[in-house]
Formats: sequence, structure tokens, C-alpha cells
Amino acid sequence: MHSFGYRANALVTFAVTILAVMCSLASLSDNFNVPTPTADVKVLNINWFQKQPNGNDEVSLTLNISADLSSMFTWNTKQVFVFVAAEYETAQNALNQVSLWDGIIPSKEHAKFWIHTTNKYRFIDQGSNLRGKDFNLTLHWHVMPKTGKMFADKIVMTGYRLPEEYR
Amino acid sequence: MDWQGQKHSEFLMQILLVVFAVVAFAVGYAIESFQMMMLIYASGVFLTALITVPNWPFFNRHPLKWLDPSEADRHPKPQATAAASKKKASKQK
Repeated sequence: MHSFGYRANALVTFAVTILAVMCSLASLSDNFNVPTPTADVKVLNINWFQKQPNGNDEVSLTLNISADLSSMFTWNTKQVFVFVAAEYETAQNALNQVSLWDGIIPSKEHAKFWIHTTNKYRFIDQGSNLRGKDFNLTLHWHVMPKTGKMFADKIVMTGYRLPEEYR
Repeated sequence: MDWQGQKHSEFLMQILLVVFAVVAFAVGYAIESFQMMMLIYASGVFLTALITVPNWPFFNRHPLKWLDPSEADRHPKPQATAAASKKKASKQK
């Protein structure tokens, strides 16, 4: 500590060490928050439903997605990534997940929303298994923090069914 | 900066930084603002640097008291002379 440079070095080193501790504590404080999100997805219309020339089923849906994710936001939350996936079982795969829509929620003010949309990404099966298929719509989310650990969870909504015939 | 000053400056630096960190975290958590925590801590680090890094006069209140040169001449270090004579003795052999 005998010179300007040594003191400056010691100060910066100690300050950055404490900064790391503060960031860890901020991340740990997220564990005190117990989020209680709600979500509801309605399939308003099957726009069309057909078999592609290569043999895969494709369906186009109109969805109404409403959710209240504001309880996920803490002081250490940067943004929340959210996506809706269709999930169903086939003989080939125990779990098929097809992402239909996604979004980034930048702040708590935007966390209570509803959106009326056709599927943003194509709903195509690996094969021809979609006729009369029961499926779940699952709202997945990833809470992205400013520092530290990322949290992910989902809400599964059951009881959706595709029509028996192409249209 | 004298020895006491160095000790005080290091102690002051550590205490100030910890105090600023605790205050910054508490305020940030209370008003749910990560940005406010960073601002308080950054200004705290800046202030601490201003206080403890430059060689301020109050770090120089305990100067070392050196012996007067004439006093030192009158009482030469006994070990030094002994070592010198030994060396000479070994050379002569």
C-alpha cells in the first residue's frame, strides 16, 4: 500500500470481488419470489389442415393466447422468453413438441397480455399422425435474470383435438 | 505515505467498500431497482478511491524519526564492523 498504483490496484480488486458477491446475492434473492402465473390458450379456428406432398401433416391454427406473467418479474429480471408449444404423442415419438408462437416480454408492465394470432411457426408433424389427434398446448417460459441463475417452467393446457378429416 | 497511513488507508478502503455494498444492496432490494444498486455502489467505489488512493496529508501524521547523521557516526553498528573484520581476516589467510 506504499504507492498510488498499489492502492488503486488493491481497491479495484476488492471492489470487483464485492461486486461479484452482490450479484450472487441478487441471484439468490430470486428464490424468495414464488411466481403464480396464469395462462389460457384458445384455438379459435382450424384455418386449414392438409397433407403435404411429402406425406407430412400440416395444420394452420388461429390462437388466442392470454397470460399474466407479471408475478415472475423481480428486481433481478432482465426479460422473460415465452413460447407456446403443441405437444402430443405418436407411435414414433413419445413426445413431439412443435413451437407455434413465441415472444419476449421486456418488463412487468408488458407481462399481462393477450394476443390473437395464427401460428407464427408452422405446425408440421413428422409423418401423417395428426388426424383426430389429442394434443396439449404448453406455455413454456424462461425467466432471464440480470445476473445469475435462469429459471424455466411451464403451464400445460390439455383437451385440444384436431379434426378427423383434412380441410 | 507513512506506515501508519498505509495501514489506515487499507482499513478505511475495506470498511468503506463493504459499507457501500451493504447500503447499495439494501436500497436496491427495497425499491426493486438493480440499476439503483449499481449506481450507489459505483459512486461508493469512486468516493472510496478518492479518499484512500491519493497521498493525503492525514496519512502522513506519523513520520519515521531517523537518527541524526552525526549521532549515527558516533555509534557505528557493531555487527557491521565485526563482519567487515572477519572478511578481512579470511582474506589474509
